[in-house]
Amino acid sequence: MTASTSDLPGADPILAGAVRPDTTSTEERAAQRERLRLLLRSKVFVVGALIVLVWVVCAIFGDAIAPNDPFATDPLKDLTSPNGTYPFGTDRVGRDVLSRVIVGARDILIVAPIATILATVFGTALGLVTGYFRGAVDNMLSRFIDAFLALPTVIIGLLAIVSLGPSRWTVILVIALVFAPIIARTVRAAVLQEREMEYVSAAQLRNERTTYILFAEILPNVMGPVMVEFTVRLGYAIFTVATLSFLGFGIQPPAPDWGLQVFEHYGLISGGYWWPVLFPALAIATLVIGVNMMADGIAKAFER
Amino acid sequence: MTQELATSAPVSTANALELEDLEVEYKVRGAWKKVLRGVSLSIAPGESYGLVGESGCGKSTAAFAALNYLPRNGRVSSGSIHVAGKDLLAMSDADVRTLRSTQVSMVYQNPTSALNPTIHIGDQVAEVFTLQGVGGSEAQDRAKAMLQKVQISDPTGVMGRYPHQLSGGMNQRVVIAMALAKDPTLLMLDEPTTGLDATVEAEVLDLVAALRQEFGTSVLFISHNLDVILRMCDKVGVLYAGRVVEQGTVDEVFHNPRHPYTVGLLRCIPRAGARKDQGRLDTIPGFLPGLGETLPGCVFADRCALVQDVCRTDEPPLYDVGAGHISRCHFHEQAQDLPRNTSPVAVTEERPAESSDRVPVISTRNVRKTFHQDGHEVRAVEDITFTLAPGETLGLVGESGSGKTTLARLLLGLTTPDEGSVVELDGVPVAGAIGKRDREQVRSLQIVFQNPDAALNRRFSIKRIIGRALTMLMGTRGEQLDTRLRDLTHSVRFDVRLIRAKPTQLSGGLKQRVAIARAFAGDPKIVVCDEPTSALDVSVQAAILNLLAELQVKNDTAYLFISHDLGVVRYLSDRIAVLYLGRLMELGAAETVFGPPQHPYTEALLSAVPHVDGDERPRIKLTGEIPSHADPPSGCVFHTRCPRYIGDICKTEEPDLKEVEPGHFWRCHYDVDELRTLQQSAPETRPEIGVSGGQRGAEPPV
Repeated sequence: MTASTSDLPGADPILAGAVRPDTTSTEERAAQRERLRLLLRSKVFVVGALIVLVWVVCAIFGDAIAPNDPFATDPLKDLTSPNGTYPFGTDRVGRDVLSRVIVGARDILIVAPIATILATVFGTALGLVTGYFRGAVDNMLSRFIDAFLALPTVIIGLLAIVSLGPSRWTVILVIALVFAPIIARTVRAAVLQEREMEYVSAAQLRNERTTYILFAEILPNVMGPVMVEFTVRLGYAIFTVATLSFLGFGIQPPAPDWGLQVFEHYGLISGGYWWPVLFPALAIATLVIGVNMMADGIAKAFER
Repeated sequence: MTQELATSAPVSTANALELEDLEVEYKVRGAWKKVLRGVSLSIAPGESYGLVGESGCGKSTAAFAALNYLPRNGRVSSGSIHVAGKDLLAMSDADVRTLRSTQVSMVYQNPTSALNPTIHIGDQVAEVFTLQGVGGSEAQDRAKAMLQKVQISDPTGVMGRYPHQLSGGMNQRVVIAMALAKDPTLLMLDEPTTGLDATVEAEVLDLVAALRQEFGTSVLFISHNLDVILRMCDKVGVLYAGRVVEQGTVDEVFHNPRHPYTVGLLRCIPRAGARKDQGRLDTIPGFLPGLGETLPGCVFADRCALVQDVCRTDEPPLYDVGAGHISRCHFHEQAQDLPRNTSPVAVTEERPAESSDRVPVISTRNVRKTFHQDGHEVRAVEDITFTLAPGETLGLVGESGSGKTTLARLLLGLTTPDEGSVVELDGVPVAGAIGKRDREQVRSLQIVFQNPDAALNRRFSIKRIIGRALTMLMGTRGEQLDTRLRDLTHSVRFDVRLIRAKPTQLSGGLKQRVAIARAFAGDPKIVVCDEPTSALDVSVQAAILNLLAELQVKNDTAYLFISHDLGVVRYLSDRIAVLYLGRLMELGAAETVFGPPQHPYTEALLSAVPHVDGDERPRIKLTGEIPSHADPPSGCVFHTRCPRYIGDICKTEEPDLKEVEPGHFWRCHYDVDELRTLQQSAPETRPEIGVSGGQRGAEPPV
């Protein structure tokens, strides 16, 4: 140290209050490990993750796991109550409910995450722009978002189905469209705080382009809220996919979608045929709860 | 007062606080780390004890431990605590709570968070009396009397207000009123004036001193500011790494220090009158030991220039060096001969001829800024005209809200000035907004911000932070970038091995070095330093000031140096500009501005600052609060608080900024010779000013 500074008269060594250099390299890794440790120590997160994992396995290996062909109808065995062969019973055309519940995880676990990712990407971009510029841009976009949010999801879904026709992509688009403004709001609030930080001024004093300031400087600092928002919205998205299917605006028959199954059989409950409704409904509930538990765990880990 | 404990000595003679060999530990990631290592201190009835040390030394922990009020991960592992003669560790939780609520009061640094924002001031103060069993209207009356005691001039009005409608100084008075309302045996003040302006700080300290006389309260005063401790305390304890390394009367400790740490601390402060061309400030090398590190010998050994083998192996005992003055140093006799860490050689070998002869790097004419707020016009900066020569430092001083930072942002183009404002760089007018300036102009004017935590992007590595500045401002890329990066970090004494670290992993001093390196990346002609050391400890501050002085000489950079610390400003500045309510009140060479004749506002500002050197001048009290920008006083804006108020002319006519001596400007109706004569003695107090100032003080500040 003394040698390296010898060209400067009276040079100080690395001065008072410095970190000890030997600790820095490990410190960042320690912080990451700490966050992971916190996550894994959180029972809520672990249980949620396990539930979600079960459904992910079903979605990926559903065909192999399912005891029966989820599409095979058997008019002779329609509406069989749960028994040894069909633990969840059969539906009104004699399809195995258990197999349909297992394979049904696939649609929802493709549609909901894609929709949420799209919503997060658009919402974050929108939030960054409105939060950073404030003023007229913010006002205009915010009013537009307000107006948009006033419309019920179902109405928007109906509009989209009518104009685009029912398909997975329509559902994805509807959910992305509805969730993006909500995510934008959260991100905007975080950006409003960040833009006052002096590192933004420092970037302006380097003549940085606005896109660089937004996406390279500010975005990494609002990733915490973005992550939390993503997991929370994922839970809602699953629920929304099921709702749209239930209303007939979403995934179309004969897909073994859970919402669709509930839709096809809820009329039969009064006749005592509860199993084709209960099991898909439970599937929706457990997946939503699992995702929300994960979201809680992540939110707590990021708060620190 | 209380008789329930037969064993306790009579309250009147028992020490207000007695800590013996107190050890406190915090549990961090599952392991207990020692924070206090055997702290012993006692505060006699009516005595004022100051606890001083840099951040991380355990000052606040000591205060919390004294009330056995530690965070959940903290515990007292050994030692004893006696408050007013009673053993706190032997008491039941309920008794401890009673003791805390009746005998001990605490005042924290931030008054705004200590008060409930949704409850009227009056009700908050009255609550203290209600808890003592005093009924409704009587509690209100007593609250009002208490507010009067803390010199709030319109107590009735203030009682009906909320905390956010009062200034920081007023809120701190309210907190002090609440603290004293229960007539505590022990009053603990934890950095009570750190967030306040020097003028307000002076008032609050006077108030505490006066009330201490009146109530006979014992005080534990925690501060990092040696000057404040000197002024407020009878005894002082110097805390380092959780151990009291030196203790004694303030006079003894500050004027005859017997521990190298105390000696080092005292040398770090720019003394009254110290200037950069007279010599560098001394610093303390190294860093505070880590939390809970095992230290078999002296806690200060690693940073001490007098260190011997014995220091690393044997913990020094308490040496009594006379008159209750205790030092924990094996070599206390030689402490004052501690070798300097930096050479005292002056930074500047020779001053450039006459700085005013050179073409100014920046000059401004009539720079002003009006903000529009709910239909109000708020004039933050008003007609500022000045020039800055290459390699020169212009110090910018004034209370908070005087427009210092706004002016800096206007020059930088981060805020666009009003029409008609002229900012010239090297004689060429530049656009008001940064986006409209070319790269050359942008890189020639840079800034070092106050808070490096906010100024450095916490997600970026140091390499990226500095490297990006080099690329954007100088177009440096590739291999050349690495070379420049190494040079630059070297020039700010930043260990290049730390270049991959993120800002959060570095200490405050190192972060500020990175910020300085970034500011110098584009080889700027002018660097604005906006309170660059106010977030740092004094030993680190000294190192940063040395660095800034050195870089200035090396690069012939001009500084616009903003600080509320007049000692620091004086150390670095060639000329000084005094701002009040956005107006330039005085401008001149540093020595000229810091001595009479000076503008009455400057005079008052200077007299508010306490000095370790004990060069006490008659205090000039600036009564009342800073008036609102939205509705500035008529005539001279300072007339409402001016200690040298002449008469109606000050109320009706705004004085021009006039050159009273060559190179010395001020905005005052007084003639230079008149003031020179007048300022040989302190001004008489103007009761009429006190009243008007008080009323203004009750108005919500903007």
